[in-house]
Amino acid sequence: MLDALGDPQSVLVLGGTSEIALATIKEMPRNRLRRVLLAGRSSESLDLAVAQLQALNISGVEAIEFDAKNTETHGGIIDAAFDGSDIDIVILAFGLLGDQMTAEADPTHAVEIATVNYTGSVSAGLHVARRLKKQGHGALVVLSSVAGDRARRTNFVYGSTKAGLDAFAQGLDAALAGTGAHVLIVRPGFVRTRMTSHLPEAPMTTNPEDVAKIIVTALKKGKSAVYAPGPLRFVMAGLKALPKPIFRKLPN
Amino acid sequence: MSEAVATQLSGWGRTMPTVAQLVEANSSGQISELVQHANSRGVLARGLGRSYGDAAQSGGATVIDMTTMNDFTLNPENMSVTANAGASIDDILREIVPRGFFVPVSAGTRIITVGGAIAADIHGKNHHRDGSFGAHVTELTVIDGLGAQHTLTPKDLKFWATVGGMGLTGVITSATFTVIPIASSYIAVDTERGNDLDDVMSRMFARDHEYRYTVAWIDSVSSSGRGVITRGDHATIEQCNLDGIKDPEAYDPKNIATAPALVPSGALNKWTVRAFNEGWYRKHPKERIGEIQRISAFFHPLDGVQEWNRIYGPSGFLQYQFQVPDAAGYLVGMALSKLREIGAPSFLTVLKRFGPGNRAPLSFPQSGWTLAADLPAGIPGLGRALDQLDALISAEGGRLYLAKDSRQSPTNFARTYPRLDEWREIRDTMDPKRVFASDLSRRLEI
Repeated sequence: MLDALGDPQSVLVLGGTSEIALATIKEMPRNRLRRVLLAGRSSESLDLAVAQLQALNISGVEAIEFDAKNTETHGGIIDAAFDGSDIDIVILAFGLLGDQMTAEADPTHAVEIATVNYTGSVSAGLHVARRLKKQGHGALVVLSSVAGDRARRTNFVYGSTKAGLDAFAQGLDAALAGTGAHVLIVRPGFVRTRMTSHLPEAPMTTNPEDVAKIIVTALKKGKSAVYAPGPLRFVMAGLKALPKPIFRKLPN
Repeated sequence: MSEAVATQLSGWGRTMPTVAQLVEANSSGQISELVQHANSRGVLARGLGRSYGDAAQSGGATVIDMTTMNDFTLNPENMSVTANAGASIDDILREIVPRGFFVPVSAGTRIITVGGAIAADIHGKNHHRDGSFGAHVTELTVIDGLGAQHTLTPKDLKFWATVGGMGLTGVITSATFTVIPIASSYIAVDTERGNDLDDVMSRMFARDHEYRYTVAWIDSVSSSGRGVITRGDHATIEQCNLDGIKDPEAYDPKNIATAPALVPSGALNKWTVRAFNEGWYRKHPKERIGEIQRISAFFHPLDGVQEWNRIYGPSGFLQYQFQVPDAAGYLVGMALSKLREIGAPSFLTVLKRFGPGNRAPLSFPQSGWTLAADLPAGIPGLGRALDQLDALISAEGGRLYLAKDSRQSPTNFARTYPRLDEWREIRDTMDPKRVFASDLSRRLEI
């Protein structure tokens, strides 16, 4: 349960190795956390994520097997997590950046990105929403991206999956109105993570820790969408309003 | 059978709301049925929602609004009241005070139900003398986790598990408690000021036992910890006559005002609270004997302002109330300075001496001191400061009041209620399927 100061006792991360999600957990008061579930495909990096949190004296950290592409298993995994105790915050953090050029040449790669980022999220998101609604409280944090705000030549496959996810999350939040549960959509710009380490940095680049602070504050305030960093909201509003010929001439 | 309606519920502090299926209570049979057909989220009874934290809410559960079962009768011959659990102390006082009786224990608000008073085992200004509410209950009826109705008396262990049991042993449906005879609806009040916290505490230590009712208000903003002690007893007819009161038995508490619906956060801050505290301290004379006050002014001053909890704005507030034995009285001062350090403005800071506790394993009061401070939930550093206080208090054998708590950790709770396992054993016989659950019971893993 959340306490009067809005601090959680239990968190489920779908995509348990996500640097943004792990930074978010580290941003929460450690002595309040009783149960932290990191869901992902079993791997060394998932074990490492568990060890990392345990080393910080966070209690109840556990890895659970979860594959975003295996949508038929989502219901059982999410039910088992919620059957253990109420979950205050679920972070939907899995995602594939992929490679735009490969995807264009080999549509199976594009399908994989779409399956993980969109199909997998829709499936997991609906299962989580069902359980949040049943317990009458809780937040689903959805890691969207500014890449979904307007499709760009250089990453529109990834961008389109995030656009779809973002629209899905907005609708899900509306569907949860009055149930005690809600959705927080997080739209980061360029974040320095493993996913982006091979790419040149964009303006307004942030670190996972910066995004984490924004998420924790937004959760306490009960917001339904935030950009990270915050001022990106105005940049994206401007970009969306640009006429196509000018937008296409912008450097990528 | 009344319809269940999805309803957002929170405590008086308006923090951490959750949504439950709210059903109006209409009969024991209906309640029994709701218990038998409970879903996995369980069942919880709710009264008037004056618990500050999450005691009377339960996300996803069936929450039974008991206030629709509110009949009661006064039995003047044996000086008792038999009431349905949803009867409010407010309604009861309106009926019994003009007939010359008063409740044995009165909390700081009369807007509470009999069921809630038992479940939280409330205390009042006479705890040092008369104990908590449970000590005056002679019989209660409870519907257990299998839907069976039991009538319990103080001879039963189940009775004491239900007193202070926060609604987790069953749904209390009715109770009989003793009332005390009073000559008037007024209190004769003696007031004295203490220049600093030591002065206040030694005055209380020295003379509290001479009075039926006593409490001190502490100026939490002033570093001295100065305060005002008010003590009294029910006024005699002669005392009222001397004061020129025409109708000493009349009782008509009125609402003076209603707090505005929208208050910006931060309206209560260091400066506004400092100004209030200064004024409140100055308002009281250094010493005054035998002032005649209305019952409502003496016991329930805040009930005159409806929905005063709104003044804390959207982030809500919490009340930190702890108890420590006499030997750890120094923690009162330490708590006040810690709260001052982080700039936590509290205009309602109350200090009181407790008498011995009772047989109820989860009842809060024990001999010593209790301090209660209202604090806006949004103050930076509040969580850490209160965690530090929790640790100091638990190390000295003190604890927090569950009816006020909204943030302690489950480990702190278990450490400070050493009779928890004893209570759990009785609970397991009353509710083997663990039907009764609240957000409080989930948060504290009760």
